Amino acid sequence: MKPAPFAYDAPGTLAEALALLAAEGEDVKPLAGGQSLVPLLNFRLARPDRLVDLNRVEELAYLRRDGDVLRIGALARTRALERSPDVAAGWPLLADAARLVGHPQIRARGTVCGSVAHADPAAELPAALAALDARFHVRSARGARTLSSRELFVSYFTTALEPDELLVEIEVPSLPPRTGAAFVEHARTHGDFALGGAAAVVSLDGSGLCEQARLALVAAGAVPLRAADAERLLAGSRPDARAVEAAADAAVRGLHLGGEDAWRRALLRETARQALERAAARSAA
Amino acid sequence: MTSRIAVELNGRLYEGDVEPRTLLSDFIRHGAGLTGTHVGCEHGVCGACTVQLEGEPVRSCLMLAVQADGRSLRTVEGLAPAGGLHPIQAAFQERHALQCGFCTPGFLLSIEAFLRERPDPGAAEIREALAGNLCRCTGYRAIVEAVELAAERLRAGRGA
Repeated sequence: MKPAPFAYDAPGTLAEALALLAAEGEDVKPLAGGQSLVPLLNFRLARPDRLVDLNRVEELAYLRRDGDVLRIGALARTRALERSPDVAAGWPLLADAARLVGHPQIRARGTVCGSVAHADPAAELPAALAALDARFHVRSARGARTLSSRELFVSYFTTALEPDELLVEIEVPSLPPRTGAAFVEHARTHGDFALGGAAAVVSLDGSGLCEQARLALVAAGAVPLRAADAERLLAGSRPDARAVEAAADAAVRGLHLGGEDAWRRALLRETARQALERAAARSAA
Repeated sequence: MTSRIAVELNGRLYEGDVEPRTLLSDFIRHGAGLTGTHVGCEHGVCGACTVQLEGEPVRSCLMLAVQADGRSLRTVEGLAPAGGLHPIQAAFQERHALQCGFCTPGFLLSIEAFLRERPDPGAAEIREALAGNLCRCTGYRAIVEAVELAAERLRAGRGA
């Protein structure tokens, strides 16, 4: 249970970090909070040649409201998301999701960007960010690009990031007026990985009809999954109990859940139903 | 290849030469000789190795020792005043919140940080705060009671 040897750098600037990540011919991994990577090192499931520790890159340590959007730097800890008054006021879905990530000791170190880059489909933050239509800003020594969640998440623990690329910032757009959001999951014990869950964002128009519904599922496949059929079904309708039930049915209809299909489908359907119901109630409040 | 690090542990500076792969938990125990920090699962699940980094509880098995260079840490040895017990330790003793004691240092460091942030927590909140520390002896009930007792005394001590 000790890591295999590796070389270690702790650069002080983003430019230096990107130069180190671009090294040819060796397996280089960035280290942020380490709450997923260090267990993998300890088990020797990951044996990188070199770690580039981002913890001294001060320019990445921010979580701030910038006009209408929230900007989450690569070193922003999950605990910061949980404690931020800006997040509580403008993006309560993220604060709710953050409280379900591991335990306080994990959240004190673990980063939001790190959770996204790790891309565990059972993780809370990727699903919440997918439901919020977050934009993912990526940098490398070669340049910069911005990805949507659909573009970023490729498969289990796999993103579209190239080995020399770093997820430097997540940008979360503001929510329209008359919008409610909710995050619901089921785990065997608090802080454990979710067996299933859902993040819902419901926006109403002036007459109380659903203008837009956004629903992302946790642990429902290889990536955080936006339930497009459910979203289409709710749009334009009054989000009452009947509409929410129908949307929850639609959300799980096309899923491929393997050998544990029955209970997983039932669990996902129920978490989607509860999340939509709560989001709709909050949108009207 | 090793590098020289200097870490402040419980207000005292400890220097040592570590490999990049040396875990912080191992540096605390073997480098600094502070064996009150216990190592259980070594992958961040059990919470036995919990210490405080700049006042925040963290898993010392999920940090590299080199990452603690220049930083300030607190371990269970830094909790009690000389010759006495910290109010949380006293409450643990009185409520029989430990049996074998292996998990206790991790619990104490988690709880100390928790009560600083939430001096008057409810029972459900306490259970949630303890969820990141595993105890295989007590069944947790006595630990929850000890936290309630310690919270009460710490509040009184603050003149609340």
